[in-house]
Amino acid sequence: MSTRMVTFTLDGRLYGVDVDAVQEVLRGQTRTRIPLAPGTLAGLINLRGQVLSAIDLRVQLELPSREEEAEPMLVVIRVAGEPVALLVDTIGSVVDVDTDQFEPPPDTLSGNSRELLLGAYKLDNQLLLALDVDRAVAA
Amino acid sequence: MDEIDEIVQEFLVESHENLDQLDRDLVALEREPDSRELLGSIFRTIHTIKGTSGFLAFSNLESVTHVGENLLARLRDGKMSMTPTTTDLLLAMVDRVRDLLTTIEASGAEGDVDVSDVVEKISALLDGKEVPAAEPTPVAELLPEVAETAETAQVAEVTPEPVVEAAPEPIAELVPASVVEAAAKSVAPPVAKPAAKAAPAAEEEHGARRNVADSSIRVDVDLLDTLMRLVGELVLTRNQIVRQAGEQEGLELVRSAQRLNLIATELQEGVMKTRMQPIDHLWSKLPRVVRDLGAACGKQVSLSMVGRETELDRSLLESVKDPLTHLVRNAVDHGLESPEDRVALGKPAEGVLTLRAYHEGGQVVVEVCDDGAGIDSDKIAQKALDKGLRTSAQLAQMAPADILQLIFLPGFSTAAAVTNVSGRGVGMDVVKTNIESIGGTIEVESVVGRGTTCRLRIPLTLAIVPALTVECAGDRYAIPQVSLLELVALDADRAATAVEDVNGASVYRLRGALLPLVRLTDVLGVESDRSDGHVLIAVLQAEGKRFGLVIDRVLSTEEIVVKPLGSRLKSLGTYSGATILGDGRVALILDVQALARRALTAEALERGTTPDTVETHKAASEHLRMLVAGIGGGRKVAIPLSSVTRLENIPTSSVEVVGSREVVQYRGAILPLLRLDRHLGSMSEREGDDLVVVVYSAANRSVAIVVDEIVDIVDEESEVRSDIDDHGLLGSTLIRDRIVELLDVRAAILAADPKFYTAPEFEVTLDADYQEAM
Repeated sequence: MSTRMVTFTLDGRLYGVDVDAVQEVLRGQTRTRIPLAPGTLAGLINLRGQVLSAIDLRVQLELPSREEEAEPMLVVIRVAGEPVALLVDTIGSVVDVDTDQFEPPPDTLSGNSRELLLGAYKLDNQLLLALDVDRAVAA
Repeated sequence: MDEIDEIVQEFLVESHENLDQLDRDLVALEREPDSRELLGSIFRTIHTIKGTSGFLAFSNLESVTHVGENLLARLRDGKMSMTPTTTDLLLAMVDRVRDLLTTIEASGAEGDVDVSDVVEKISALLDGKEVPAAEPTPVAELLPEVAETAETAQVAEVTPEPVVEAAPEPIAELVPASVVEAAAKSVAPPVAKPAAKAAPAAEEEHGARRNVADSSIRVDVDLLDTLMRLVGELVLTRNQIVRQAGEQEGLELVRSAQRLNLIATELQEGVMKTRMQPIDHLWSKLPRVVRDLGAACGKQVSLSMVGRETELDRSLLESVKDPLTHLVRNAVDHGLESPEDRVALGKPAEGVLTLRAYHEGGQVVVEVCDDGAGIDSDKIAQKALDKGLRTSAQLAQMAPADILQLIFLPGFSTAAAVTNVSGRGVGMDVVKTNIESIGGTIEVESVVGRGTTCRLRIPLTLAIVPALTVECAGDRYAIPQVSLLELVALDADRAATAVEDVNGASVYRLRGALLPLVRLTDVLGVESDRSDGHVLIAVLQAEGKRFGLVIDRVLSTEEIVVKPLGSRLKSLGTYSGATILGDGRVALILDVQALARRALTAEALERGTTPDTVETHKAASEHLRMLVAGIGGGRKVAIPLSSVTRLENIPTSSVEVVGSREVVQYRGAILPLLRLDRHLGSMSEREGDDLVVVVYSAANRSVAIVVDEIVDIVDEESEVRSDIDDHGLLGSTLIRDRIVELLDVRAAILAADPKFYTAPEFEVTLDADYQEAM
């Protein structure tokens, strides 16, 4: 059983989501900030007339925040039919991974990210962390 | 076709569709005569037509479908089997139904289409008699002479009395003997023309008209949604083009942009209309529901409906149907008292149930008000405690109005007894869930002994609304125009003096009335980037209260397309939606109602929204009631009635002097006395040995204000005002064409009792009170 995943990086780590969930990848979108909203909500963007919430995965995964000048990219995914944009550092590629390579998160992983990660695929040179899309968006 | 009312139109469209289905089913049935499924389908179709025709008083149609239904029921249940005769009869019946529908469509009435022969034959078949084989094709059988049919049709109509016969089947009862007789006389020679052309006169007469079924089509709501979204996009693009055209010189472009503007606007309205239906579609069914319920519960109810033309998105209309019916049931069953109880309480025996619908703040508000017993918040609290839904500590902290909202909690039902009508396990929590699932809210207000109001607020998702775009801390926001009253711009110099302070709360004197100010930067927790001291105030109205929202800049007014927000953003209670501005950026739409709720103190709002009576609620919240008193010299002074607790006449001799102040003894307390004439520089003209006193109280302190006479109590519409700012006055206003001075209550009270406001326990309440009063 192999799965196809779209990969992206956050703070130097490689993450991935199922390719079926991904609608498109964008960059350079102006975001409208939302005062009073939780920090994970990085704003609203206009995607061809649709208003999408953008979720900052760095905040969501409790990673250090992005440098000021670094411009994030957006991965638009569909969850329950609704598109949501995820803020990531850079886009990787589409990779095929095998179920054999998969392992659940280690017991030492704690905090919010444990909830959000399905586990890791052991690639040859690094680990691909599989994101639980539903949770990443819902939290 | 104007004379045919809408219900009939709908019925015709539906029936025509049904008949087409029926024809297909009947033909299919001939091939597989034992198909229960087909028979069931045919039965349902006929049953629907029968039901509606009875409701609309088309008695011929009802009688022919009734026998047809009985025959079909028999076939469906396997008590009879299909024979060529039965098929023929069924087809004949369907044709007759079609004739009747055509006639109804053309003339609005059943006219002279005869049904008695079909009725008779089917009845005979049901009675087990063989239909004479001499008539092999009843379908082809045609209308008899007009005069004769008219007669028989009449006979059929006026003979509803069943002839009680020993026949075991119920249908026999329903075929009056006289019809059979009359029909026997009118059996006409068969004409070789299909029955469908039975009303040629009518068709020629209205030949130019499309028939109802042809002139309307059913469209998938999803398709309309798509259209709506596209129109939304078009509106955005139009906004962009129009703005760019405005910046450029080219005349041609400007012209085209204007045309585009017009067309887009019309298109938008058109598409909106396809989805909008008046709420009357829902309400039209309610008089019957209320009547039946009233009868079942032994209550007299008169139903009044206000705003039945208020339009609502069709899909929303559907979602509101059940909750609304539930609320109406509740109101009749639990809300209204029995006639005896009402009379005992001095109310008219007949209870009044009022449905009200109107647009407010980009939402449709639907109210269900009864003038019944009301809901006792103490009982609700007790019940919530008993059921373990809230602790007593929680309840102690809740305002009565909030306690009422507990009835929407799951597992809460106040009905002492489960009645046949309501209380069948579908509680208010389901109503709330249903309403919330479409992004709406529900609240309940009640005055014990006066009645209860349930208020649904239903959003107009997909709506395009006019809005004001403003800037705050570099971000842009949209404020729906419905909430906006006016804009006030103050330059730095004026702002420094004009924005005043009531014990820490910013206010601005808008034509003499104090307008509480709310800074958008404070609400949103952001830093203003305006440092030049200018102040821009958007005067907003929400929940019957006015307040000024301080913003950084005003940008423009434009039509915005409301995009719904996810539940997570909605729950912030600050934004009602988002929109895309002309430059493609997203702007949040401020939820003015929620801002008002959040920013204005609970008490101020409570006063604004808790009605004196349920009926006058709107009036009470929109107007301020004023007591008008004369103070001599022809001068009239208005005092907000909310400040006044009592009006008294006291003997002049009871006035005593303490130090330099006059006081009176009143109900065991010492009241400082203020002679308003002297306070405002007038001279009393009153003679006699008593004083007219207006008692003003807050918390435990009171002040007696002496006036010459009480002139009137009026609802003041605070529109016409001038701020002639004399000592002790806030300005003046026109009441019933007379200039009346508005008393500065605070100054007046302080003149009588300098310590009145300083006692710490008063601060909070007085603040709110004061703002409310002003």
